[in-house]
Amino acid sequence: MSTIPADLRYSKSDEWVRVEGDEVVIGITDYAQEQLGDIVYLELPQVGATFAPGESFGVIESVKASSDLYAPVGGEVTAVNSALEHDQQPINSDPYGAGWLVRMRPSGEEEELMDAAAYAAYLEGRSH
Amino acid sequence: MLKRTPLFEAHRAAGARMVEFGGWEMPVQYSGIIEEHHAVRQGAGLFDISHMGRFMVRGPHASAFLQHVVTCDVTAIPIGQSNYGLLCKPDGGIVDDIFIYHVPDEFLVVVNAANRDKDWAWLQNHARGFDVELEDRSDRWAMLAFQGPNAEALLVHAEDAETSELGNLPFHGVALTSMFGVNVLIARTGYTGEDGFELFFDAPNAEMIWARLLALGAPGSVKPCGLGARDSLRFEPCLALYGHEISETINPYEARLGWVVKFDKGDFVGRETLAAIKARGPARRLAGFEMVGRGIARSDYPVHALSGERVGHVTSGMPAPTLGKPLGIALVPTALSAEGSEFDVIIREKPVRARVMKMPFYKPRYKKA
Repeated sequence: MSTIPADLRYSKSDEWVRVEGDEVVIGITDYAQEQLGDIVYLELPQVGATFAPGESFGVIESVKASSDLYAPVGGEVTAVNSALEHDQQPINSDPYGAGWLVRMRPSGEEEELMDAAAYAAYLEGRSH
Repeated sequence: MLKRTPLFEAHRAAGARMVEFGGWEMPVQYSGIIEEHHAVRQGAGLFDISHMGRFMVRGPHASAFLQHVVTCDVTAIPIGQSNYGLLCKPDGGIVDDIFIYHVPDEFLVVVNAANRDKDWAWLQNHARGFDVELEDRSDRWAMLAFQGPNAEALLVHAEDAETSELGNLPFHGVALTSMFGVNVLIARTGYTGEDGFELFFDAPNAEMIWARLLALGAPGSVKPCGLGARDSLRFEPCLALYGHEISETINPYEARLGWVVKFDKGDFVGRETLAAIKARGPARRLAGFEMVGRGIARSDYPVHALSGERVGHVTSGMPAPTLGKPLGIALVPTALSAEGSEFDVIIREKPVRARVMKMPFYKPRYKKA
C-alpha cells in the first residue's frame, strides 16, 4: 500500500502539491514512483519557465517506461531540485521529501486536485 | 480475460507487480528491474516463462517436417542438443523465432507467448503431406529460466542424487533429470546473455519447484525476476524480441540473423526469397546505437537522417543497466547501419543525436566447452 500524506493535494496524473508560504512544492506520489520503478532519467524545466495547469513541465523515465510530468497548478518555476540531476534515487526512496521536483509561484489556476482521502479512493478505483 | 501461468498466485503473494504481456498477466518486477538485472549478471535469477508456447513434434517425418518450416538445419541438432531457428513466410518475413530441442523420439519447439496460436496454426498448415503428430504441451507444462553465473553451482543442489545431468550439460544441451523428486527436462539455454538453464516440468509441480529453487543457497542467492529484467537482460546482448527486432515485415538479413538461415540443407519455406535477399543485400538493417545527445530512445521512436528525412525507427531502447547508459537498436537504411554513423532519434518531437556502435552491447558469457 503506497503512502499518501494527509497534508498534500493530488492530481489525477499522480503529482502532489504542498503549499509553503506563497509558493508550492511539486513532486510525484509514492504510487507513481512504485508504478514507474527505478527512476533513471529526469528532465526538469528551467527556473523562470511558466506553465498552465495540466501542461507538461518535464519527463521522468525508468528502465521500462517514459512518463510526462504535468503541472498540477499553473505558475512560474522558482526552483528545481538540481540534486536529482545526477541521482534520481530520492524520487523512489523519498518521493514526498528529498525527491521533490520543482517549486513554483502559483498563478492561481489549477487542475482539479484531490485531498488525500479522495486520492486514496481514486487509486483504489484504478487498481481494478 | 488475460491468461495466467500456474505461478500467478505465487507471484501475487510475493508482491510482484503484474502487467499484461502478449495476452498474459505476468510479473514485470519483484524488487525492481535494475536489482533483478544485476542479480542475473552477478549471481542467479529465476523467471517464470510458462507463458511461452511449447509444442511437441514427433512421428517418422518429424525431422523432415521441421526442416521444411524452419530456416536452421534441424538434421544438425543431435539428440540431447537444441538450436535457435526462424519460421519464415514465403516472402522472407519472420513468423516467429523459436528454439528446437531434440529429445529422444521427438522435438520440443518453444515459441513466443504472443505467437502461440499463430505458430500452432502455421505448423498445422504446413504439416500436410508429412507423417507427423503435433501436440500442444503449453498448458500441461510449466517453464522456468534459472539464469546467471551462479546458476550451475546452485542448481546442482536441486538435482536428485540418482541423476546428475546438469554439470555435464553442454551449451544448448538438453536432458531429462529429476529435481525435488519430479521429472524435469533441463536445457542449458536462456535469454539473458549469461550461463543458465531452462526447466520444463508438469504444471502442478510449479509452486513447489519455484519455492524450492528460490530457497537454494544462502538466503537471497536466487532472486525472483520479472519480465522487465528479462527484457533489459536480452537487450544488452542484442537478442531479438519478436514484435521489435523481428516481425512478419522484417526478414532475417535485416535483423542480422542471416547466420540462422542455412541454404545447404535443401528446400524450406521462404528459401527462394531469402536467397535473393542475401544475394542483393538488405536495403535496411538493425543498428545498435548510443546517445550522443541527452535522452532515452524508446521502441517506435522515429529515426531521421541528419538531413531531417525520416529513414527508420527504434526497435528497442532503454537505459542499459550493465553498461550504465541509454542504448538502442534501430532499423535504418544499410548505409546508416555502419559503426560510427550518426542519425537523430526523435524524442518527444525533438531530434537527439545518436551514434551507431557495435552489437552486441554486452558480450554473452555462455559456458561453452
